[in-house]
Amino acid sequence: MSDHGGGYRPHKPDVDRETIGAYRRTVGGLEPETEIDLGLGTSIAPAAEIGTAVGAAGMWNPDALLIEHRSLWGDIWRRFRRDRFAMIGVVIIIAIVLIAVLAPWIAPHDPTRQYSEGLTMEGMPVGSSSQFPLGTDTLGRDLLSRLMYGARVSLVVGVLANGFALVLGVVFGLTAGYFRGWVETLLMRMTDVMMAFPIILLAVALVSVLKPSIWILILVIGIVYWTPMTRVIHGEVLSIREKEFVDAARLTGCSSARILFRHILPHLVAVILVYTSLGLATTILFEATLSYIGLGVQPPTPSWGQMIAEGQSYYLSAPHLVIYPGLAIMITVLAFNLVGDGLRDAFDPKQRRR
Amino acid sequence: MGADGRALLRLTDLTVDFASQEGMVHAVDRVSFQVAPGELVGLVGESGCGKSVTAGAIIGLTGMLPNVTMSGSVEFDGRDLLTLPEAEVRAIRGRQISMIFQDPITSLNPVLSIERLMTEGLELHLGLSHADAVKRSIALLDEVGIPKAASRIKDYPHQFSGGMRQRVMIAIALSCNPRLLLADEPTTALDVTIQAQILRLLKRLSREHEAAVIVITHDLGVVAGMCRRILVMYAGRIVESGPAKALFARPHHPYTVGLLKSVPRLDEPRRDTLQTISGLPPDLAHLPPGCAFAPRCFLATDECWQAEPELASTGDGRLSACFHSASLHEAAGVVA
Repeated sequence: MSDHGGGYRPHKPDVDRETIGAYRRTVGGLEPETEIDLGLGTSIAPAAEIGTAVGAAGMWNPDALLIEHRSLWGDIWRRFRRDRFAMIGVVIIIAIVLIAVLAPWIAPHDPTRQYSEGLTMEGMPVGSSSQFPLGTDTLGRDLLSRLMYGARVSLVVGVLANGFALVLGVVFGLTAGYFRGWVETLLMRMTDVMMAFPIILLAVALVSVLKPSIWILILVIGIVYWTPMTRVIHGEVLSIREKEFVDAARLTGCSSARILFRHILPHLVAVILVYTSLGLATTILFEATLSYIGLGVQPPTPSWGQMIAEGQSYYLSAPHLVIYPGLAIMITVLAFNLVGDGLRDAFDPKQRRR
Repeated sequence: MGADGRALLRLTDLTVDFASQEGMVHAVDRVSFQVAPGELVGLVGESGCGKSVTAGAIIGLTGMLPNVTMSGSVEFDGRDLLTLPEAEVRAIRGRQISMIFQDPITSLNPVLSIERLMTEGLELHLGLSHADAVKRSIALLDEVGIPKAASRIKDYPHQFSGGMRQRVMIAIALSCNPRLLLADEPTTALDVTIQAQILRLLKRLSREHEAAVIVITHDLGVVAGMCRRILVMYAGRIVESGPAKALFARPHHPYTVGLLKSVPRLDEPRRDTLQTISGLPPDLAHLPPGCAFAPRCFLATDECWQAEPELASTGDGRLSACFHSASLHEAAGVVA
């Protein structure tokens, strides 16, 4: 929603050249397989069926041409599925989720067990071997197993913290946008103040006052990350509340809560989905950041950020200690960003940049 | 007219002011009228004359706007809607009074199915179960002429044409058998061919459901065939009212004369240009001291510029706010 810049781009219907070409060729010959997608939620039947629509009783029956009526969600799903990068993101996310869920069964070793054979005679971590596929860390623990268990922390913190931020953002945004007046002033100025804060500093302060644990981490990340969602929802609600159908709902005798949750909230699904997937990338990265500076999940529970912190003093002698957790973070964040971008394009084809 | 005191709706000196940067805007100025049960009333006037604000005040939308002050009273069934607590007004809205909007494209929520839109009021006000509400909705859609209503109830508004959507709006408005229906420009957004159908439908259903209807429009053609009584508004005031036939045959206010003249007619020799009322409606924040219509009136005298004529009886149950009501007919003939 933020990058409208670059001027207006006309909506390009999903009819590519080949399809048009095929259509042109079939005007005389009626090639049977081509389905013309007008990008309008309905599609014109294959040419063969056009023939039957006219042919059957010698009468023109336009209904026979509309082979399927696609729903809004069907259209979005089709556009999303056609987005190759988004699908790559989906595959990566599914893989990471599976690894995290199945970690106790598929991890080759206990992530907290220190193996004597995992350290060299000089006490240095060993490289990859058949016993330790990605090598070991400074305490002789299996790096691959630790990475697999680390995915659990990243996902749990990412999803829950983001969910918490989402609930705060939606409730605050809806309330501020719909009721206006002093409620809006209070909530939105509070949002401005929160956004003006350096969030790392705020999170560090909060975590060090409270005792660092996974739940505190979720709470703190949620508290520092609700502001963008609030702003976006607030803006959307401001425009939706002026629509005539909101008046119509009021005139049906609906209460404010009913109007907000049943009549306005469904309009925000697109925004919420897109911001949630992009927000997941941010919260996962932020969890890694906090764990890296030692305020996240406490040892011996493995977490990617904390693994980088432990390995960084060995980065010359044992570079795999920082490379593999770094790659894990990067790939995960990238996957969520790809899905978020894909969703945004699928929901709003007018804004497509490719 | 409900002169026997059994009026369903009685507006008394309703005044609506908006505070704007230009000062107070008198959108509605001391408007009084009554609507009897089952009566069809037309509220006519050009854009910005206060028709929609009046309707909004009746149903409670105007009061939700910022910077608005209202006075007078809007009695529905003997209870003043302006002072009633919000919860009680909400029970009346949609149940006893409902409204049809001008544009069925923007007034049906695009993300909700017709089923959701239709059953909401039924479940809310009549306490029907969802299954019963769906059954009733299908019957209503049938009644307003939606073909294959049962199979179309799961559809979304964008899958209906403009005329069909207005039929759905009417079905929603009538779903709880309201006693008063406000129709704000019900046909303005529709094709001319559909307009007549919708008006006929509205007239028939209001009779069958015994609902009083206030049709708000700028189009005299719309109310001519439908309403028995006409109220003409200008600059926030009612300037003339009376039975439709008499009012059309012999208007008692020069503004009504102007409105009638600017309707293109098929039963008269064609003129080269369509007649219009010269000038523009006055700025409601800076009304002239006398009659608000004086600057555009072909009859205006010094008197009109100095004092504001009150709405007064001109006989036969008719009211007019003009000093020259009596001499108007002859004068209008001369001008035409």
